[in-house]
Amino acid sequence: MDVLNAIVVLLNFVIIPATAYGAQLALGALGVTLIYGILRFSNFAHGDTMAFGTAATILVTWGMTGLGMSIAPLPTALLALPFGIMVTMLLVLGFDRVVYRFYRRVKAKPIILVMVSIGVMFTMNALTRFLPGIGVDDIRFADGERFLISVRTFREMTGLEEGLAIRTTQAITVVVAAICVVALFWFLNRTRTGKSMRAYSDNEDLALLSGINPERVVLITWLIVAALATTAGTLYGLDKAFKAFTYFQLLLPIFAAAIVGGLGNPIGAIMGGFLIAFSEVSVTYAFRKVVGYLGPADWQPEGMIQLLSTDYKFAVSFSILLIVLLFRPTGIMKGKSI
Amino acid sequence: MTAAMDKKAVLLFVLVGALFIGTGFLESWNTTLGIFNMALVSAIMALGVNMQWGYAGLFNVGVMGFVALGGLAAVLVGMPPVGDAWAAGGLQVLLGLVLGAATIVLAILIYTKMPPTRARIWAMIAVLVLGFVIFRAVFDSGVALVEAVNPAAEGYLGGLGLPVLLAWPVGGVLAAGAAWVIGKTALGLRSDYLAIATLGVSEIIIAVLKNEDWLTRGVKNVTGIPRPVPYEVELQASAWFTDLSARLGVDPVAFSSVTVKLCYAGLFIIVLLILIWFSEKAWNSPWGRMMRAIRDNEVSAAAMGKDVKSRHLQVFVLGSAVVGMAGAMMATLDSQLVPSSYQPLRFTFLVWVMVIVGGSGNNWGAVLGGFLIWWLWVMVEPIGYDALVFLTSGMAEGNWLRDHLLESAAHTRLLTMGLVLLLVLRFSPRGLIPER
Repeated sequence: MDVLNAIVVLLNFVIIPATAYGAQLALGALGVTLIYGILRFSNFAHGDTMAFGTAATILVTWGMTGLGMSIAPLPTALLALPFGIMVTMLLVLGFDRVVYRFYRRVKAKPIILVMVSIGVMFTMNALTRFLPGIGVDDIRFADGERFLISVRTFREMTGLEEGLAIRTTQAITVVVAAICVVALFWFLNRTRTGKSMRAYSDNEDLALLSGINPERVVLITWLIVAALATTAGTLYGLDKAFKAFTYFQLLLPIFAAAIVGGLGNPIGAIMGGFLIAFSEVSVTYAFRKVVGYLGPADWQPEGMIQLLSTDYKFAVSFSILLIVLLFRPTGIMKGKSI
Repeated sequence: MTAAMDKKAVLLFVLVGALFIGTGFLESWNTTLGIFNMALVSAIMALGVNMQWGYAGLFNVGVMGFVALGGLAAVLVGMPPVGDAWAAGGLQVLLGLVLGAATIVLAILIYTKMPPTRARIWAMIAVLVLGFVIFRAVFDSGVALVEAVNPAAEGYLGGLGLPVLLAWPVGGVLAAGAAWVIGKTALGLRSDYLAIATLGVSEIIIAVLKNEDWLTRGVKNVTGIPRPVPYEVELQASAWFTDLSARLGVDPVAFSSVTVKLCYAGLFIIVLLILIWFSEKAWNSPWGRMMRAIRDNEVSAAAMGKDVKSRHLQVFVLGSAVVGMAGAMMATLDSQLVPSSYQPLRFTFLVWVMVIVGGSGNNWGAVLGGFLIWWLWVMVEPIGYDALVFLTSGMAEGNWLRDHLLESAAHTRLLTMGLVLLLVLRFSPRGLIPER
């Protein structure tokens, strides 16, 4: 029985990675849920908005490192992030102008807007791949200090057998996500514009009657969504790697997170993000070592004690989604049902 | 309905036919027939999706998954069984699957039959956990035994060794089963939930095909699925065939490959015609009118006593079955199952573009869209490349912009499909041959 080592292993391989991943999903799900609340459709282009934003940030990062700029020990991408966000905002507003506005005016059914968003998804995906130097390959763009705590320093500090590593990118993810969430909630709850957005989301007719300008609400929403998507995408890319197709695949866990939390409900989106991330990581992690430490000394369990192979991580978010749809279609926190 | 519209439809079909014939003259008949056969399969997929979208307004974003299930059917029906693998652990794998299914059934029984108390939840959890442990123990060791049998060439259970044509209806049944499970959960809720659920299930089906080596050999692919038509070498070796090609004055090798493709085309055309006939009958029947009534106004249809949810489930299952059948036909045409070749862009969204461009709610429109868009899909890349070469011909050799543009030609497909979808939805949402 060696509880301390077991906890360290668990922290190192499950809790820390899942927290970082959960923060990334939560930011993504916040974007989906905001679009859903204000524009009232599921935005399938969200994954590719994240991809485009990240690609733009990568390009700016390369430009900055080329000029010799750096904020070491932090990755340069953080400095480039605001510029990436601005580019993405322009693109998203362009799409709203050219594509979505027409459907708002003719009051199209939500399902038509979903289809339109799929068209936007393709176009954005192609634009991302057209960007110079992006293409379809894996891109790693994290520079600066790699570890906050490395395995060796941890072992030397504590004298434990198992090491614990916290990568800089994981720490940055959590900090940046926390800042974003606090800023978003402050905006939604404290500012006049934020309140008008919530009013519009709760009851469109009443909001229009009280003189809220719907086009302005939509504009602000797209700006916030572009910022959230770019941040989420960049954090994910820093933590793992950037590849346009991976971001398309992130759509499923992000939607699952938003629906589990209740579509249109920001707090739900954050909870959903962490719920999905923790389930995904813990279901696909082999608990062999953890159980080995918890059992008697010099004993190792026979199997890997892994519930599902990592190739099925999508199945985890999907199953959670199905269970929620079956038993509580409005999500854990009450979201919109119609 | 009107004669003018029928004339327009015929004219469009003639134009698309001219595209194919033109390709035949400019490239080769072999290439054209290859494109034509896949266009037939695509047209059948588009018919299935049109049933879901055109008849009922259901948005299925998981077409790829149902296509892949059809491909799985081709393997399970057509391939010969691997005797050694069955002897080693086949029954154990099956037993594992049965135990797994029994666990789920038992859990559902507990949920439906027991009173809603805390005891019910604990009983369900206990059954699921215990069942999962037993399932994994039996199943995993069986899988290990099966996959150890001659892994370079086999390492899977094989199929039933039946005529591969049987796989087409079986593919339909497999896809219908998956659609039933999805429809049962996601229909009756908001309309986007079905979209998200189908997106998820298609990713999972592909993951299963890629990773369950005992079933599909995973990324090692199953090749050599038996054909329902003769092989080229057989034709070339037979006396009547060489005689015939000598009389026609053509090269027997090229002629044999054209003949094989024509045989496939004949089979596919028969299936397509049967399906169109049924679809048109259904569209013009009271059932078809009821579906349209539900699609156009669910509330008033429900008020008239129509069971909206089960009608939706019915048409969703039917449409998916047609897509699954097309998937089995495609695997038969390719003679192989390559799980990594299933890409959402190619198998989900392309089919959608076909339906929308052709005319949602019109079976002939969906078929036309299948032919036109598939031709474009194959041709856009070379045409896009040529156009870029032409546009950049003024720039110097080695100019970075020129190099970059030419390199990106591979992504033109994505851009074209996105733009086509957006433009059609905006300016011609009823498609080329609109609903009557």
